[in-house]
Amino acid sequence: MTWGVENASVVFGARTPLDNVTLRAAPSTVSIVVGGDGAGKSTLLRALVGLVRLNSGVCRRPAKKDIGYVPATAGLYVDLTVDENVAFSAAAYGLRGPELAKRSAALLERIGLSGARGRLVGHLSGGMRRKLAVGMALLHRPTMLVLDEPTTGVDPVSRAELWRLITGAAAGGSAVVVATTYVDEAHRASRVVLLEQGRSIATGAPADIVAAVPGALGVVASGEKPSETSWRWGSTWRVWAPTRDLPAGAEPLQPDFEDAVMIAALADERRLAVDDAAR
Amino acid sequence: MLLAETRDVTMRFGDFTAVDGVSLAVSPGEVVGLLGANGAGKTTVIRLLLGLVRPSHGHVSLFGAPPSMGTRRRIGYVPQTLGLYDDLTVEENWTFTASAFGIAHVAMPPGIGSVRDHLVGRLPLGVQRRVAFAVAFSHHPELLVLDEPTSGVGPLNRARLWQDIRGSAEHGAGVLVTTHNMEEAEQCDRLVVMAGGHVVAEGTVAEVIADRQVVQVRCDGWQQAFSMLDAEGLVVQVQGDALRVPASRAAVEELLEQHGIRADVSTVPANLEEAFVSIVSSGGAE
Repeated sequence: MTWGVENASVVFGARTPLDNVTLRAAPSTVSIVVGGDGAGKSTLLRALVGLVRLNSGVCRRPAKKDIGYVPATAGLYVDLTVDENVAFSAAAYGLRGPELAKRSAALLERIGLSGARGRLVGHLSGGMRRKLAVGMALLHRPTMLVLDEPTTGVDPVSRAELWRLITGAAAGGSAVVVATTYVDEAHRASRVVLLEQGRSIATGAPADIVAAVPGALGVVASGEKPSETSWRWGSTWRVWAPTRDLPAGAEPLQPDFEDAVMIAALADERRLAVDDAAR
Repeated sequence: MLLAETRDVTMRFGDFTAVDGVSLAVSPGEVVGLLGANGAGKTTVIRLLLGLVRPSHGHVSLFGAPPSMGTRRRIGYVPQTLGLYDDLTVEENWTFTASAFGIAHVAMPPGIGSVRDHLVGRLPLGVQRRVAFAVAFSHHPELLVLDEPTSGVGPLNRARLWQDIRGSAEHGAGVLVTTHNMEEAEQCDRLVVMAGGHVVAEGTVAEVIADRQVVQVRCDGWQQAFSMLDAEGLVVQVQGDALRVPASRAAVEELLEQHGIRADVSTVPANLEEAFVSIVSSGGAE
């Protein structure tokens, strides 16, 4: 069974935080939602797990007890110990006794918190809290695991460990959905949805998004901004020519995923400008 | 002349040594990335450079002199928390900062002029970040210190911020950027990597990665190979349709063979994130 939302829209008064977005979450895969603050990532994830009602569109999700969800705030009790947090969350999913003891021991060992079971969660580092939150969401072996920015602000060492947990859940059969602001995390996914202002501006496998880049990309070593559709890369400029006519002096370049994301955002901005002008 | 320099600087807080013998420098026109795990000492280095704390040992100099109110005026600093007054409008923030830096009325850049009457706290985070940058750049600082500058910013706004950062560097400013974002780190001219209060690696992206390699595994259905290698204690990462493993090729081949998993195994250059994890995990002792 593939979970997800199709043509989903959410309207709050005059705002449309989610506008006709489709997201698929298949078992044993990781789907990633990429976007900046306010792009609609949290609304999409909350709609997927049933915390926000869709104004239009379809949502398919497993029963509540088969969902694991970690909000961007991590959803831990800072005044309880590590063990108390695990036991409380496990009990909510009907997990207790020897089975809970076995699974929580394995989890805490895996995330390096075996020696900190009696420590208050409020005293753990940010990276540790994230690992604990993700681990707790995995304990009842959810069919669908939904994580809102689990790696934001986390250093690369903790990030690698978090991704090990997340990918492990997918390898074990869960349909995993992860929201992130880091474009470079998208290559870990089999499917990506790129959000901007509540709209999906690119979707598909990362390689397919790169292959579908319209126009031509070039690089200019230095100097003034070569065109409106240019951006900095280190000391150089990347130039996107929607109609393939690169400016003089630009060396053609094969786009990578980060270029594809930038081009999708620029193309979207141009579309909006055209729509505005037509109005 | 160096814009900012720490020479063999150590900073102790009681029994805790946050920074231990760190030397780093920022020259005009260069963008230096300061990387490190949480607790590596990056924030303390920034506080030392801004003159907010004095080192227990060693020397800190800004524009060739010890940090002072005078040197502070030549720095533009954007903390991760942005450092704006939420209860003031954009224009009030702008004017307040200008007078604090002792500069006469400067016109607000057009990018933020359209929100001049908005309370900062009510603006979306991406716009707040642009305001914080504009304010920090307003007195044409010679040294920019930026803490996680594009955290949570969408692609277009990130590109705009980096355009401003590069523009300043091309006009001769030096820039020190701390980041956990490897895309951002790759945009820097030079990186300084810290772990446990020490500098454990430095140089261009290519120099930091050096000859580090990872083992790439391609097979039908990555899930089985992942679970097996993971159970063996390896930190396996997925990239596209391949697995990347920081281990020796022979060891990975042997494990795959033992478990009867057929796969294409090759050795490929590590990316910056993999190199960083390897450097920091080994404490730079390689």
